[in-house]
Amino acid sequence: MAHVSDLAEEKTTSVLSSSKIVTLRIARYNPNVDSTTKFAEYKVPVEKWTTVLDVILDVKKHFDHSIAVRYSCRQATCGSCGMIINGRPRLACFTKVSELDSDVITVQPMHNFPIIRDLAVKFERLFESHQKIKPYIIREDTEPALDTRDILQTPEELEEFIQFSNCIKCGLCNSACPTMATDSSFVGPQALAQAYRYVADSRDNGKNSRLKIIDDSHGIWRCHFAGSCSQVCPKGVDPAMGIQLLRGYMLGFS
Amino acid sequence: MKESHIMKIHYGTALAAVGLVAVHILMRLTQGFAQSLEYESVIANYRFLPYAGLLEIILILLSIHGFNGLRVILLELKQGRRYEKAVSYGCVAGMIGLIGYGTRTIVMTNMGMI
Amino acid sequence: MKDENKEGIGGMANPGRYGIERIAYWLMRLTGLGLLGYFIAHIYETSSILQGKMGWDEFLELTQTTEGHLFLTLVIGMCVFHTVNGIRIMLGHGGVGVGKPGRPDYPYTPASQNARHKIGIYTAIVLAAIAMMYGMAVMFGE
Repeated sequence: MAHVSDLAEEKTTSVLSSSKIVTLRIARYNPNVDSTTKFAEYKVPVEKWTTVLDVILDVKKHFDHSIAVRYSCRQATCGSCGMIINGRPRLACFTKVSELDSDVITVQPMHNFPIIRDLAVKFERLFESHQKIKPYIIREDTEPALDTRDILQTPEELEEFIQFSNCIKCGLCNSACPTMATDSSFVGPQALAQAYRYVADSRDNGKNSRLKIIDDSHGIWRCHFAGSCSQVCPKGVDPAMGIQLLRGYMLGFS
Repeated sequence: MKESHIMKIHYGTALAAVGLVAVHILMRLTQGFAQSLEYESVIANYRFLPYAGLLEIILILLSIHGFNGLRVILLELKQGRRYEKAVSYGCVAGMIGLIGYGTRTIVMTNMGMI
Repeated sequence: MKDENKEGIGGMANPGRYGIERIAYWLMRLTGLGLLGYFIAHIYETSSILQGKMGWDEFLELTQTTEGHLFLTLVIGMCVFHTVNGIRIMLGHGGVGVGKPGRPDYPYTPASQNARHKIGIYTAIVLAAIAMMYGMAVMFGE
């Protein structure tokens, strides 16, 4: 029977088999204590398959376990480990060290999110914006009638929104958005893409109420199609496309 | 006013201005750039009613488009109820002021009040 | 700003990390502000005609210098870029040329960041450069 200590030993990266040593620079900041962000540096051995999250957890385990980092699934599904890696918003578990082409990895908390500590940020605003656009199917008949089955959709109808259902609410799009860099009231690309996801769903009847919500001075019109949100999305959601298609509805194009 | 209405006006003024400004610039080029800017030539332009009308429309379109663009940029830079109201009213005031000032030039020159 | 950890104006401009679309975004802003400034100055400048021939000629002299011509060349460039890129953005805002939704495949290249829009941006830059050269030829040629 394996002991906990054995399991821990098993997960430790072996220095002997390492192909490379990289420097990990972690932004350390506690808003309750610190006035500025400081960077702590660690030398870490990596393999070609090592992810940035592996490196951070290695450091947390062997050098400083006070480092605050949020993670869970390690497979780009939970959307917890979003952070700025070498200047770009990425998922730490989805970014291999080898693909960064650098011996120095700098990790910072996501921009445009309040910092809890170190790499962990608050998601309240993202979730508030997400809830604001009513992220659920709106229909008069919430329960299917006894003599009918589920509400059916054609494959074409499904294609209209399925891409936008992949959103894992990691917040990378909001972190990359140039409007969010200065506008704290902007609803953000995540919520706007989700608004499109439900508006484009053939089962949904809530189009008008959603368009009304986002037709605000800090709503959809504050998107200027810079496309940075789509460039950083780790799930191929392409929020910029959703937002423009949604705006197309409002301009009467579609 | 709903933001969608404001932005439709923003797009509309832009498209209309593109065509009219092109005519305005072509007028300079067809006459010869330096020659078209001579006092007599400019006065003749202003006194020609359709051209004066064109200038007035360009003035209105670009003032609306320009100041709304400025409003958008300023609203995105900083937030807050008082600030946002100040920006919105300030831009409307700027727009009206510029249209008024430009109209004065066009009307007075067109009517020979110089 | 620190509490919210917003990137600020530096992050908004940020031309390096997100490609030509982000460069077009801040160029659009800069040219817009520049053109508004020029427009206000132009309205003020043309009002000198109310002071008669002498007032007009005095003001005109200011623009008939090398610096004045270079400034006008810059205005021409800003105007052409803002117009062409503006039309591209307007089409994009209407959902034109942003691709069709579909099941994304790894490595998830976003359909909205497609070649059509990139060509649109480069066209705006090239046309602005051509217009600036033509403007210089007209102004300095006379």
